[in-house]
Amino acid sequence: MPLLDVRDLSVVFQRKGTRPVTAVDGVSFTVEPGQTVGLVGESGCGKSVTSLAIMGLLPRRGNRVGGEVRFDGTDLLTLRPRDLRDRRGRDIGMIFQDPLSSLNPVIPLGLQVAEVLERHQGRSRQAALREARGLLDAVGIPDPARRLKEFPHQLSGGMRQRALIAIALACKPRLLIADEPTTALDVTIQAQILTLLKDLVDRSGTALMMITHDLGVVAGLCDTVNVLYAGKVVERAGRHDLFADPRHPYTHGLLQSVPRLDADRGGRLHQIRGSVSDNIPWPEGCAFAPRCDRVNDACIGETVPLAPTHRGGALRCTNPVPQEVSA
Amino acid sequence: MSGTGGIATLAEHKRRRIDELTARTAEAGGVSLLRDAGRRLLRNPTAVVGAVIILLFLVIAVFAPLVAPHDPVQRFPELTRDLTVDAIPGASAGHPLGSDPLGRDFASRMIYGARQTLFVGVLATLIGLLSGVLLGAVAGAAGGWVDVLIMRITDVLLALPSLLLAITLVALASRSTQWTVIIAVAVVNVPIFARLLRGAMLAQRESDHVLAARALGVKRRDIVLRHMLPNSLTAVIVQATLTFAVAILDAAALSFLGLGDPDINRAEWGLMLGVDGVRYFEVRPELAYFPALAIIAVALGFTLLGESMREALDPKNRR
Amino acid sequence: MVRVILRRLIQLVVTLLALMTLVFFWLRSLPGGPVDALLGERATPQTRELLTRALGYDQPIWVQYGRFLKNVVTGNFGNSIRTGEPVMDVISRSFPATVELAAGAIVIAIGLGLPLGYLAARHRGRLLDNATIIVTLVGISIPIFFLGYLLKDWLTQDIHFFPPSGRITTGLDNTDVTGFFVLDGLLTRELDASADALWHLVLPALTLATIPLAIIIRITRASVLDVLDEDYIRTADAKGLRNATIRRRHVLRNALLPVVTTIGLQTGALLAGAVLTEKVYNWGGLGTLITDSISGGRDYPVLQALILLAAAVFIVVNLLVDLSYAIIDPRVRVQ
Repeated sequence: MPLLDVRDLSVVFQRKGTRPVTAVDGVSFTVEPGQTVGLVGESGCGKSVTSLAIMGLLPRRGNRVGGEVRFDGTDLLTLRPRDLRDRRGRDIGMIFQDPLSSLNPVIPLGLQVAEVLERHQGRSRQAALREARGLLDAVGIPDPARRLKEFPHQLSGGMRQRALIAIALACKPRLLIADEPTTALDVTIQAQILTLLKDLVDRSGTALMMITHDLGVVAGLCDTVNVLYAGKVVERAGRHDLFADPRHPYTHGLLQSVPRLDADRGGRLHQIRGSVSDNIPWPEGCAFAPRCDRVNDACIGETVPLAPTHRGGALRCTNPVPQEVSA
Repeated sequence: MSGTGGIATLAEHKRRRIDELTARTAEAGGVSLLRDAGRRLLRNPTAVVGAVIILLFLVIAVFAPLVAPHDPVQRFPELTRDLTVDAIPGASAGHPLGSDPLGRDFASRMIYGARQTLFVGVLATLIGLLSGVLLGAVAGAAGGWVDVLIMRITDVLLALPSLLLAITLVALASRSTQWTVIIAVAVVNVPIFARLLRGAMLAQRESDHVLAARALGVKRRDIVLRHMLPNSLTAVIVQATLTFAVAILDAAALSFLGLGDPDINRAEWGLMLGVDGVRYFEVRPELAYFPALAIIAVALGFTLLGESMREALDPKNRR
Repeated sequence: MVRVILRRLIQLVVTLLALMTLVFFWLRSLPGGPVDALLGERATPQTRELLTRALGYDQPIWVQYGRFLKNVVTGNFGNSIRTGEPVMDVISRSFPATVELAAGAIVIAIGLGLPLGYLAARHRGRLLDNATIIVTLVGISIPIFFLGYLLKDWLTQDIHFFPPSGRITTGLDNTDVTGFFVLDGLLTRELDASADALWHLVLPALTLATIPLAIIIRITRASVLDVLDEDYIRTADAKGLRNATIRRRHVLRNALLPVVTTIGLQTGALLAGAVLTEKVYNWGGLGTLITDSISGGRDYPVLQALILLAAAVFIVVNLLVDLSYAIIDPRVRVQ
């Protein structure tokens, strides 16, 4: 049984006086125990909202969530808030994009780590702080005893994100959700953090759901990759398959736009024309159609389903890139 | 628009697409902060209510002679006849709100009171605003010791709470007139506006468009007048509306304390409330209720408008 | 930290000095001068000359100023024109009454303001929030002396629930130790006096508390709303912490920062409100003293001292607020 089984998840935002916006439109994917799964897409494709919906962290009002999110068999969406709160932090951990704003500025770091242990494992303050020191050490923070008493603004960006990872993994959850954890960091630090994550996850057997717009991150880390566009999964494939042989025109375009060291220096950068907001205003048809070079009438008029592929993935396209075209 | 299979050709689809996108970009292009704010304000019920209240009283004030049944100063024999210390005549024919303690038509005094009260408020706010803005602009533009000096002065003035400062000023004046009250309340507001404008100017000084102007060689005076002041205006306008409410309340408080305008003939709500209203509260509470409610309504109107303007002009709220 | 305190104290002294100088020169510049103010109607050329010489007003202005400063530093503010007593005595007699009143008002304003502000923010957009906003808006638009009369009318005349005026029932035997009647009663174990004083305190404190209460509610609400939007609250949620923990440790600790500043400012502003409230309820504190010293002839010695006292109080309160900020917000502490 998969550890996380998302079935047909949908999130519709509705503020009074505006039209409803469907941010997530029938997204389905699974995460097996110990597996690393990527959720890839541009800004606005709904990947962050998906993760928030899974954790139950969307605002209480102004949105409607549909579908199922089965974690270890239990549908999280039907749980009472109190029960969901019990699971958060203990069974599922999450880290976010901006490490500075994600930490409480007026509370010492040690307490911010310890409080998770106090809450879910019933430890005393002293015991929790002692364990917190060990956790900070495990994520590579130097001189952890001193850091316990320091405040977030006294740490560097990389250290803060390490601390947040320590917090998320403190209770040894089965699943860790990472929402763009390196986007706000320097490139050199990014690499360190990703290595750290991979290391920790491999050693503890924690499943990892990595949300990012950066294909480079995905390439080094994820076993399976889901590509999102306009709130829908448009392609799913194993890491090697996806990068070697992308079928969906969007994925193909994304990979083509990555600058390459071995490309011809005088050549122009490839780009996908148009932008994410160039959508077809009616619900049927593929959302990517206005920007697609392979578009045909079938793409515009009818709903395109997500169909399984021969190589174990899935594809939502009526006219996919033929195999062996991409280099 | 249900397009199930309704689109015949790709070309038609592309044409429709482009038309839509062009329409959308034209609409979204370059909305200035003011226009955006204005639009948001008109939709905001608080702002509308506040504006309506203010307009209502403004109209009453301007057209007082037409609206009021009688002259506000004249004493009417039919009222003074029944006047005693313990009983002030109430509503009667021709005098819808009855009499005031001196036999004058209360309704007319209330209506003319709109004029006086708004006059006091407008003047106090205006004088305070102009002086404060001038001071703040000089401080912000000049910098250096001029700035420090002006800031120290405002610090001294701000050391006291507003009403106390007003009381102090009245106390330090040898006698009280209507103008004493106006000046006192105005002076209380000077440091507020000065600080406000100086802050806005300082923020502007470092902003990109000022740097660009300086790089282009625009004269400093022009920079101040043409670039920095207009952008600081919005904060000043918001503060002015809020100040207005406080000005009227402070003026009323001064009258209550016996420090206000000594002319008992003048029909001004603060005066009516603070002197007659409280003195005859047990005999005829209407003498207090009406001016009080009027003051509350006007103060509320300005506060509502000011608060919603502040929210509307806050760039964080931009869609 | 010590440096900050030192700097602020210097600022305090400088501001007071500036204020005193302003007042000093202003009084001297009035038509007729302070001598006329002192003599009032009884001024004749002879008496005027006598008094001028006696008080040293014929000395060069610098000498007068020097003497003035020396007097102030030694606490000698002269004698009240009205009562003839030393100014310090007059003031210290009225001081406790106003402090009691202000303390009562602050307790009400904070005790009700913080929870209401927080609740309004938590239930944003719903009935409690909207009702709170409307009530606070009216609260800051109402002249507080009018409110005082209203409360008096309803609660002391129509229903004889509270006493209408004064600090304590006349005739009630109470020993005056510190001047703080409620406290005195506890100290001398005359509990009935304490209770009586407290009873008298309720309405005036309530009246005085109105504006600070309204402002504290609004600032708390705004601040809590800001904090609720912050990312670290989302982190706390993601940790699965209990609501009470999040509220206490993450929301309130951060939301209270701007509220503390406001409380400080409002405390200073209480003196202004006290002037009005004391008149309505016949309270006999500094506020009453101020009005008495102005209407019916300006009692300049008393006024001088009062201005300085008010300014000093306000500045000291601001200093305390700044200090508390340093204690609460670790980001400020470093250096």
